[in-house]
Amino acid sequence: MSKEIDLNRRKALKAGGGIGLLALFGGLSLLRPTDALAEWNKAAFSSKAMDEALTGLGATAPESNATAIQLTVPEIAENGSVVPVTVSSSLANVEQISIFVDKNPNVLAASFTLPQGTEALVTTRVKMGQTANVVAVVKADGKFYRTAKEVKVTAGGCGG
Amino acid sequence: MPNPMKIRATVKDGVTEVKILMQHDMETGLRKEADGTLIPAWFITEVKAQYQGRTVMEAQFGQSVSKNPYLLFRFKGGAAGEKVSVSWVDNKGESRTDEATIAA
Repeated sequence: MSKEIDLNRRKALKAGGGIGLLALFGGLSLLRPTDALAEWNKAAFSSKAMDEALTGLGATAPESNATAIQLTVPEIAENGSVVPVTVSSSLANVEQISIFVDKNPNVLAASFTLPQGTEALVTTRVKMGQTANVVAVVKADGKFYRTAKEVKVTAGGCGG
Repeated sequence: MPNPMKIRATVKDGVTEVKILMQHDMETGLRKEADGTLIPAWFITEVKAQYQGRTVMEAQFGQSVSKNPYLLFRFKGGAAGEKVSVSWVDNKGESRTDEATIAA
């Protein structure tokens, strides 16, 4: 008889422990809803130069490929604080798209991780301090590719 | 409490297009007040979009992303009436999560 009780007690403890653990995790995730996000790449985003930023992303010397990456930017941006950028790619298995502005104080603007099932296309808006190259770097099948386009930034908004 | 995002999600031919407009100052940390004091950096660092518990897009931002960041991306699947949820966190640790129902 004592054996049976003991067994039940163990079962109860096990179940109770599980609930306790669940509650603990639930509580934690409530406190920090963003815990699951990947860690911000401080090294790459603090970089002042293209080479340094590329290294920070693990993308040393990406292969230039202007046909497989479509980079859409305005030729002339009358307002450097809102420059629309669209990057898409015809490459297979695109995992990551990153956007750089080579003359900004911090050259890396944004980096997107695209899981399977998400199209190789992103649009966003970036700030540009002066006329510079917008550089798109695409990671596909573990390899890095790049293309760039110059955007002329006019100060007065009178066109270039 | 940070301001809400505007999210629009529409599904067409089996592909869901998501447009997000976040409300955030995105201070670079390089601008100065009129009296010359530096305005501290304050910007969104991470954005994540999920559909039915699955991550469909993850982004990391630097200071060069424009004020009130805009994003557009597309993922395969997604059904009208279902929800897409988007979360961001900034360098001060503030965060915001919003949802949108996918329209046909």
